[in-house]
Amino acid sequence: MKPLAGYRAPYPGTQPNHLHPPYGPSLKRAPTQPLVQIPYTLSEITGPSFGSELVSTSAHDLTRQHHGEPLGERIVVSGRVLDENSRPLPNTLIEIWQANAAGRYQHEVDQHDAPLDPNFTGCGRVITDAEGRYRFVTIRPGEYPWRNHYNAWRPAHIHFSLFGPAFATRLVTQMFFPGDPLLPFDPIFNCIADEKARNRLISVFDWETTMPLHALGYRFDIVLRGREETPMEE
Amino acid sequence: MRLQATTSQTVGPFFKIGLRWLDRDSLAAEGVAGERVTIQGRVLEGDGSPVPDAVLEIWQANSHGKYAHPEDTQDKPLDLGFTGFGRVPTDKDGAFRFATVKPGPVPGPTGKDQAPHLVISIFMRGLLKRLTTRMYFPNDPRNASDPILEIVDPAWRSTLIASAAGGAGQLEWNVILQGSHETVFFDLGL
Repeated sequence: MKPLAGYRAPYPGTQPNHLHPPYGPSLKRAPTQPLVQIPYTLSEITGPSFGSELVSTSAHDLTRQHHGEPLGERIVVSGRVLDENSRPLPNTLIEIWQANAAGRYQHEVDQHDAPLDPNFTGCGRVITDAEGRYRFVTIRPGEYPWRNHYNAWRPAHIHFSLFGPAFATRLVTQMFFPGDPLLPFDPIFNCIADEKARNRLISVFDWETTMPLHALGYRFDIVLRGREETPMEE
Repeated sequence: MRLQATTSQTVGPFFKIGLRWLDRDSLAAEGVAGERVTIQGRVLEGDGSPVPDAVLEIWQANSHGKYAHPEDTQDKPLDLGFTGFGRVPTDKDGAFRFATVKPGPVPGPTGKDQAPHLVISIFMRGLLKRLTTRMYFPNDPRNASDPILEIVDPAWRSTLIASAAGGAGQLEWNVILQGSHETVFFDLGL
């Protein structure tokens, strides 16, 4: 059997450690023992796939899940999903969730006293097309306070969950907005040393996907891990 | 052109909004071949406090040792109605439970078979990236020669092996985040 091509190790400084003391809850939840390095096997280079029949064609539009329109500023969030080898990743599931325009999640644990919006649940999903593209219509989420440290506020963000082609490529991340004054103070956004990598979590305003008289466009491209070169057979 | 993978961020406390639609605690539909097992356990912090806001994702081969994925080119049968994917959140006591079939053995890094196992991702508030681990089955003689278990310090190996929990096919496996019984987690880059 020829050796399996694994997945590239992350570029230094671009992925967080489990323990990140400025983010309080990591203290009691990050492993204290070193992670065990293991070789890639068939178990890690395979992974679940999800057919388009699982995702309704309206699941990408978070502004049309109820009878009325949600409050807030409509936005279009779109982009491409690629791997580290610059190959587009078609047919991959993206799940998103977010707060409403007032900064409140439709979740029983969220005790922030901002109003809920009966016309906004805040979840969407889509499967990338043949070129790895995706597109959501939603409303711009509000910033909100949390209890990590004194007067802590999360910058506006949308949670993204992606699978990619393998167990090894699974990624959960957050998308931020350009010019958000809270970004320098957020221990989650600032969890890595590499400033350029951090800034890639910030979407960019995109005039081309902006819908005239309707919604501003933001572009957010996502890169999942790429395979090492497949060992050549002699 | 080489790109760099997007930075991982925590799922936070509110992931249920976006992820619960795909919760799957029953991986094998009726009629799928294999030995039925139910796995229950808890996710706990080092002091024993439950983690009520974690979600586990399971990936496994079918009972023939075949993954429903194009990279698995083994000449083994696929099972209709079995994708190998599960997703289970923890409840207020940190408890989770799922039902599946015991996977067959799949090849390891040198082609030698691995012992039957599940690969598992764990996401929660407090973790900026997922944890990855494996669950093996109790009293399986193949565990003794599993190429991944062999890498793990024998003192910690038992954290990766479920235990029998009463009835036939009832297994218990806990995830302990810190301390003297800390579960072994793997470095898969992310």
